[in-house]
Amino acid sequence: MGLLRELYYILLGFLQGLGACWLFLFRILRYTPAALLRWRIIWQQIYSVGAMSLVLIMVSGFFVGMVMGLQGYNTLSKFAATSALGTLVALSLLRELAPVVTALLFAGRAGTALTSEIGLMRATEQIAGMEMMAVDPVRRVVVPRFLAGVVSVPLLTMIFSAVGILGGFVIGVSFMGVDSGAFWSQMRVNVDVWDDVVGGFIKSIVFGGACSLLAVYEGYYSHPTAEGVSRATTRTVVNSALAVLVLDYLLTAFMIHGV
Amino acid sequence: MRQTRSIEISTGLFIILGFCALFFLATQTTNIKAYGDTGGYEVTATFTNVGGLKVRAPVTMAGVDVGRVTAIRLDSRNFNAVVTMRIGSKFNEIPDDSTAAILTSGLLGEQYIGLSPGGAETYLKNGSKIQFTQPAIILENLIGQFLFNKASSGGKP
Repeated sequence: MGLLRELYYILLGFLQGLGACWLFLFRILRYTPAALLRWRIIWQQIYSVGAMSLVLIMVSGFFVGMVMGLQGYNTLSKFAATSALGTLVALSLLRELAPVVTALLFAGRAGTALTSEIGLMRATEQIAGMEMMAVDPVRRVVVPRFLAGVVSVPLLTMIFSAVGILGGFVIGVSFMGVDSGAFWSQMRVNVDVWDDVVGGFIKSIVFGGACSLLAVYEGYYSHPTAEGVSRATTRTVVNSALAVLVLDYLLTAFMIHGV
Repeated sequence: MRQTRSIEISTGLFIILGFCALFFLATQTTNIKAYGDTGGYEVTATFTNVGGLKVRAPVTMAGVDVGRVTAIRLDSRNFNAVVTMRIGSKFNEIPDDSTAAILTSGLLGEQYIGLSPGGAETYLKNGSKIQFTQPAIILENLIGQFLFNKASSGGKP
């Protein structure tokens, strides 16, 4: 009986978190038009969440592309189909790897920073101070950070894909000796603009929104103690990773049936 | 102030880089050109079997890309497949007794239409129909035929 009760409370807590997060999203969206007018704050946040993640994303993308090139060559050479390497690298990056890996890296690199920054603002009573001065902290602190994340993740994903394809090209063509014309022309025949590039772009926008929302939500509602902020930061990474993987399945299922 | 300025410039560079990557992916790695083709002229051809041919598959002549497949439908009277293809306007001197064949690029490659020129003095134009066609080769039929021949020759090679 004790176990069932425990499960019941866990389920209840999950539903409550989901509902609170959802309501927080509506609160953010309500202030979005007003925040867009003060674009300089958003611009500076894009620097700290997007531009600062650039090196990490490019290095990761290059190595993921190189691994795809190596693994793909190894498997395709068994079927004497190494000319399809470009298609394999481009499709797997554009459709799955780039959106998912970028979102996970973003949650680790920028999501944690957002949570701990907002959490520490609450712990040091800066948020309460803003409320005292009749400045809405959601509008001034949360919304610009959320919007910066939504803008940055798709751009980072596209950079990840492009660098990854170049990584696959370097390994496949320069080291393994796949014909460079076949690499590009097979890719061009098989990669579709709408299904693959735009599909991956839509995925990355959704992932960017989910990761940013979870990061600012956890930070805003963290306990104002050192331990509370550290727990909130951990929850951001765990929940973002789960949300990205679940949403990825749902979006993929939707896109494949929709086509 | 100086620092704010350099932060804003870096943000601008980041956003430009992101859009450059999107542009690179959309134009260099995809079949975006197949969507833009609205010029040229359309011809049709009837095949008894199109195999795995898809819309937007290339139409080639001597290996050179000359157009795209724009539609594939079934003729409900004689149950043949009618393939409509759009050929680029600069290829306007293709003889109208040319042959269209459905070929495969490599063992696992995509299927495409290969045109072999005929000898007529009149050329294909918008709405004309290619008379001579060669359907896709279906591997199962080929194996079936081989086994049938083998059996009718009494198992002797």
